[in-house]
Amino acid sequence: MQTDLLREARRQAEICNACRYCEGYCSVFPALHQERFFSEANLTQLANLCHNCRGCYYACQYTAPHEFDLNLPKALAEVRQDSWESFAWPAPLARRFQESGVMIALATVLGFGVLFLAFRMLGSAGGSGFYAVLSHSAMVTIFLPAFLFPLLSIAVSLRRYWRATEGGRIDFDQVVDAFGSAAKMKNLAGGHGDGCNFEDEDRFSQARRFAHQAVMYGFLLCFASTTAGTILHYVFDMPAPYPFKSLPKLLGIPGGLLMVIGTIWLASLKLKADKSLGAPSAWGGEMGFILLLFLVALSGLGLYALGGTTAMPALLAIHLGSVLSFFLLTPYTKMVHGFYRLAALVRDEQRKSVG
Amino acid sequence: MTSEYDIAVIGGGNAALCAAMTAAEKGAKVVVLETAPKTYRGGNSRHTRNFRCMHSTPLGPLVEAYGEDEYFEDLLKVTGGKTDEKLARIAIRTSEECLPWMEAHGVRFQPSLSGTLSLARTNAFFMGGGKSLVNAYYRTADKLGVDVLYEANVTHLELEGDRISRVDYSHEGQHRSFAPRAVIIAAGGFQADTDWLTRAWGPPAQNFLIRGTPYNRGVVLADLLDQGVRSVGDPTQCHAVAIDGRAPKFDGGIVTRLDCVPFSIVVNKNAERFHDEGEDVWPKRYAIWGRLIANQPDQIGYVVIDARSLDLFMPSVFPPIKADTLEELAYKMGLPPERLLETVTAFNAACGDTSKFHPTELDGVTTSGLTPPKTNWARPITEAPIYGYSLRTGVTFTYLGLKVDEKARCSTENGFVRNLWAAGETMAGSILGQGYLAGFGMTIGTVFGRIAGREAANHAN
Repeated sequence: MQTDLLREARRQAEICNACRYCEGYCSVFPALHQERFFSEANLTQLANLCHNCRGCYYACQYTAPHEFDLNLPKALAEVRQDSWESFAWPAPLARRFQESGVMIALATVLGFGVLFLAFRMLGSAGGSGFYAVLSHSAMVTIFLPAFLFPLLSIAVSLRRYWRATEGGRIDFDQVVDAFGSAAKMKNLAGGHGDGCNFEDEDRFSQARRFAHQAVMYGFLLCFASTTAGTILHYVFDMPAPYPFKSLPKLLGIPGGLLMVIGTIWLASLKLKADKSLGAPSAWGGEMGFILLLFLVALSGLGLYALGGTTAMPALLAIHLGSVLSFFLLTPYTKMVHGFYRLAALVRDEQRKSVG
Repeated sequence: MTSEYDIAVIGGGNAALCAAMTAAEKGAKVVVLETAPKTYRGGNSRHTRNFRCMHSTPLGPLVEAYGEDEYFEDLLKVTGGKTDEKLARIAIRTSEECLPWMEAHGVRFQPSLSGTLSLARTNAFFMGGGKSLVNAYYRTADKLGVDVLYEANVTHLELEGDRISRVDYSHEGQHRSFAPRAVIIAAGGFQADTDWLTRAWGPPAQNFLIRGTPYNRGVVLADLLDQGVRSVGDPTQCHAVAIDGRAPKFDGGIVTRLDCVPFSIVVNKNAERFHDEGEDVWPKRYAIWGRLIANQPDQIGYVVIDARSLDLFMPSVFPPIKADTLEELAYKMGLPPERLLETVTAFNAACGDTSKFHPTELDGVTTSGLTPPKTNWARPITEAPIYGYSLRTGVTFTYLGLKVDEKARCSTENGFVRNLWAAGETMAGSILGQGYLAGFGMTIGTVFGRIAGREAANHAN
């Protein structure tokens, strides 16, 4: 990892450790205050535990123009970003996508291309509905590796993270607590429950927390919808398309709507927020990722609405193409933050049970 | 543009904002004239962290109870009786209703910070510290229609007979005047004016560091004193503590404090000890060390500890100077090495049985036959690495202020000034004659800020 970023985070953490005014905001400070000297392992863990709520920045009496020049959200965001790039496997892909929205867009267009090409080359093999455009077996051939490879990649990265932060054996309670924290997005609630600082300087609001949860729960619903579809297909021999009153649709439509609303909301908040309190180099990549998620959700809903029309093949290519890029890029885009964040929350539970 | 205002509040910290919000809620049109730019708004309140609060049952983050008499006795202990009992009891009694009022105006509290458990019963900590309190108050004041001018330097209040007839200030490069119906001054003390401090204290004051805002220069305070407004408090005194000598000249705040003196020996620039480092627990002694350092050559001291003591105190903003030997440490800190070696050797030789060493209580582990002695925590300095810090005098606030009555009214020899009120550090000398009680400055500011706001609004309406 980059020593200059670590050095700066360490300098700031030492000042925070002498002050402690922000102890109540989030999980980072109790963890920080337990240390006296900050190793690379400490800083990596603190960086991934930070949810960038920015409460500490606006409360800080040492921000610029003060000579101590504290900007902990930024310092930790940069270490966090750097840690993801260094733990990524294969590593060279990470920086390209983490930092560049343009690269994400290019990959997405490439995804469309792959699907169009597959439609042309592989075709339907006599299926109906969506499978009239591309056969089910062709879809599986494309998407199974595209789903499994990122999982493998993330598993490698998380293992590296766990070693780097000197994590111990994980027990079930720690996992439950970590998921509980993520489910409520406790670390964006601001300790007092008024929310975080993001879109309007020091005003506390729930906007970012709620927008994030809309995307997260929307995504989980969509994922559950796909899983339900897979089970219906293989276990009950009920191929797509599914009617409105079916599990895939009952999960997928609200999920898609939540994702669309949540991504638009997040993007608009991100436009209002101060870029210099995050990792400025990653802004484009983060925005590109939000737009990719938006495209996945919108094209999925479009497919539901216009599935019976002549627009279907084009929409299917856009939807499947964006899903394909999304899956393949998961280890190298902002999407990966969810995995690291959960790991950091589990790691923090370990700290608490020891400390 | 400023002619439309009923009330001018001079200052932009806790007391000023409490006054402004209270007056605005009573229907007055209020302008806050803050001399700092927006990023540095809030005066010394930016650096505060808690509010000392009386309570008869658990209240907000506060546990158990803290009664009026106990609170007042705590105040008597630190001031050595130099307090105005009537005003002090008003501040103490009113503090209880202030806490919910503060919450209603946007302040959020958090449990007592790690390392401050001893204050969990008496002091309510602001989540995020004083700047977050200040931020919340500015947001609330804005909603109440209070206007704020940043970088507005009030230069003169014209005292005509028994009222302030005119406020002169400069803003955006222009000199302006206006005549509000009432004026509230809550602009702190004068500690950031080094020349004034030097006149009061003497030449050593040049080497003092100012722990808080560089904007408390006492301009309006001096202007009012010149016009015969009555003062209170010893003009030559300031509250000063020993802080990390590497701290910035201004605004170093909480992170520059050093709590390691009881576990150390402290020497001057000649590597000689000059005071009993183990006299009492640190919270009871940290304030005298500001003065002790001020009396040493060049107003500087050096703390020396060994590896065993490093984890016994809160870390400071700067890592300690680290060395494998005393000679190396002396070299790194610019002390005469032989002399430091002699001092430490003599100290180590005077240490006796250390088996009863206990860092958080008076353990009676003392030196024998050493001058000055170290009467507690006297453990030889032997275990490498050896660590050092430099110490300088850090000024918190000055005691000289405006004398007020229980309605926060200012006066001259001829009686009350009918439209002038004071709140916060500007008048805290009326209550704190010497010493300091943690979190009491915010109590005075909140209580008397609200009183001043109420009285000024009543006058203006």
